[in-house]
Amino acid sequence: MKTHWQILVVDDEEVMCESLAAWLREDGYHVDTAASGREALEKAQQRDYAIYFVDLKMPGGMDGIETMMQVRRLHPDASIIIITAYATVDTAITAMKEGAQEYIVKPCNPEEISLLVSRIIKVKNLQRENTILRKKLTRQYRVQDVISKNPKMQEILALAHQVSSLRSTVLIQGESGTGKEMVARAVHFSGDRASKPFVAVSCAALAETLLESELFGHEKGAFTGAGQQKQGKFEMADGGTIFLDEIGDISPKLQVDLLRVLQDRSFYRVGGSQVVKVDVRVIAATHVNLQQAVADGDFRDDLFYRLNVIEIRIPPLRDRREDIPLLAAHFVEKLAHELGRDAGEISEGALKVLMAHDWPGNVRELENAVERAIVTCHSRTLTEEDFSFLMEIRESAKPVTIPAGMTMQEMERLLIVETLRRASGNIKESAATLGIDRSTLYEKIKKYEIPR
Amino acid sequence: MKYFYVGATPEVERPPLEAVRQRMAAEYGAPVKEIVLPSVEFAFDTGRQQYRSMDVLEMLARICPADAAKLLALTGRDLFVPVLTFVFGQAQLGGRVAVVSLARLRQEFYGMAPNQEIFLERAVKEALHETGHTFGLVHCSGQRCAMSLATNVRQIDGKSAAWCAACTSQLRRAKGVIR
Repeated sequence: MKTHWQILVVDDEEVMCESLAAWLREDGYHVDTAASGREALEKAQQRDYAIYFVDLKMPGGMDGIETMMQVRRLHPDASIIIITAYATVDTAITAMKEGAQEYIVKPCNPEEISLLVSRIIKVKNLQRENTILRKKLTRQYRVQDVISKNPKMQEILALAHQVSSLRSTVLIQGESGTGKEMVARAVHFSGDRASKPFVAVSCAALAETLLESELFGHEKGAFTGAGQQKQGKFEMADGGTIFLDEIGDISPKLQVDLLRVLQDRSFYRVGGSQVVKVDVRVIAATHVNLQQAVADGDFRDDLFYRLNVIEIRIPPLRDRREDIPLLAAHFVEKLAHELGRDAGEISEGALKVLMAHDWPGNVRELENAVERAIVTCHSRTLTEEDFSFLMEIRESAKPVTIPAGMTMQEMERLLIVETLRRASGNIKESAATLGIDRSTLYEKIKKYEIPR
Repeated sequence: MKYFYVGATPEVERPPLEAVRQRMAAEYGAPVKEIVLPSVEFAFDTGRQQYRSMDVLEMLARICPADAAKLLALTGRDLFVPVLTFVFGQAQLGGRVAVVSLARLRQEFYGMAPNQEIFLERAVKEALHETGHTFGLVHCSGQRCAMSLATNVRQIDGKSAAWCAACTSQLRRAKGVIR
């Protein structure tokens, strides 16, 4: 994975610059050159070079040490190698003190320079892998990690940043796969609570009683199997943030319990009689329209207003199509690295397919699509063919049109035909989808003379 | 019709030129023509007592025949680039010309008894390596591949006189320029 790393060679002697650059290019690196410290700085502003080879003695008021110091201000992680023809102990000490990673005397042995570069790149690869793994492990996203250039998203991210250090409850609404948890994590990890726990709970995944004990913990003997006292998620999140996903799915009883926690920041463990006080910020998320649920009487209005102190509505991906190329490129880079594949870019044709797709599963669906394409592709570039499965999905998702004046029987026939087509003629699957017995389906197929 | 040209500067003896010429013909499957090259004394650097490799490449680019797909030069002189103490050879990456120095490929250079077989083997490996660069190949991480970087003769001896599967496939795609 050499090609990812870029090198800048800075030397006022053109022949020196070009010879080193040519030698490094043969090694597979992308190498640029600069004839002065100033030119080096201009280039450093445009590109993030991993390694800088900087000649110590350069005219024009900016020598190697000065160039190095200014580059380090722009890119603190860059590795700088000072090159000189006049080695003295003093200059070596100064260079290293000011942050040079290495100091080489020209001409140097090819072996020395080759080992030096490969050693630095090895460390950089490890650092990069470490950052990716750490982020993956802790999922410590910050607001600036959320990828979007959509104006609405920019507003949302600005708001997320603004409220990150407050304790106010946040309600995130958005379709499934839009990245509600990522925004929640961004709010948490951008604020004062970043060093404290972020505890995520999916309210839809657990039954009411289990969820209650999961959230508030339980005392020893509170119920069968409660062999010992257990801390709930609210206690685990003390000082930090609790993320309640799919809040719209909680039972009326839990809604009351939650309302009390939001009011007093205190609760009882299941089976307990002692009040537990916590300092927890609540971020809730839902894919259902909570206002509608309140209007329908399915969700308590007082809890809704307690949760909806700061409201964040994440638009679906189809409403921010300009983000598709950005997100796709990000996933290609991330997933190619994770999957150990060499895929690097997306062709124009493939991008058109991605832009045309409606993404009912939003960003999560896009990530899965990119992963599938990377796994099945045969070259570095992901092409239209690699995403052909999206077109099949679109084809199968075409709505059935109902002509005016259709009878119930005709409608039933059409429904059966369409269901059978989507299930590739599988009777068991079609019957399950239609909610009827297999024998009934057979009868109807016979009755309507549906060809199979 | 484009030809693969192989040439040697006056001090080079026949055996290395012949070994390299035959191997190039076998590897690239293109008609190989020989070319008589001038001396590289113009590239001598009195301070370093070596020959400027980049100047040699420039000269080769100037005299490269119009019907040449590639031109590989062999020289007995010790080559260098300013930033390095020496180079075994140099090529225009993705270009037309390349040069291999035989000076440091002989056992005698390291105070050992001459060994013609080892010397010719090394010359062939370096010729494959430098011409590989002219087809756009960069250094390969496979230590046995001819495109792996060698900074001493031990490393040259450690690699095989052939490209690995990945480099071969890349070369196959690029080789279209010859025919």
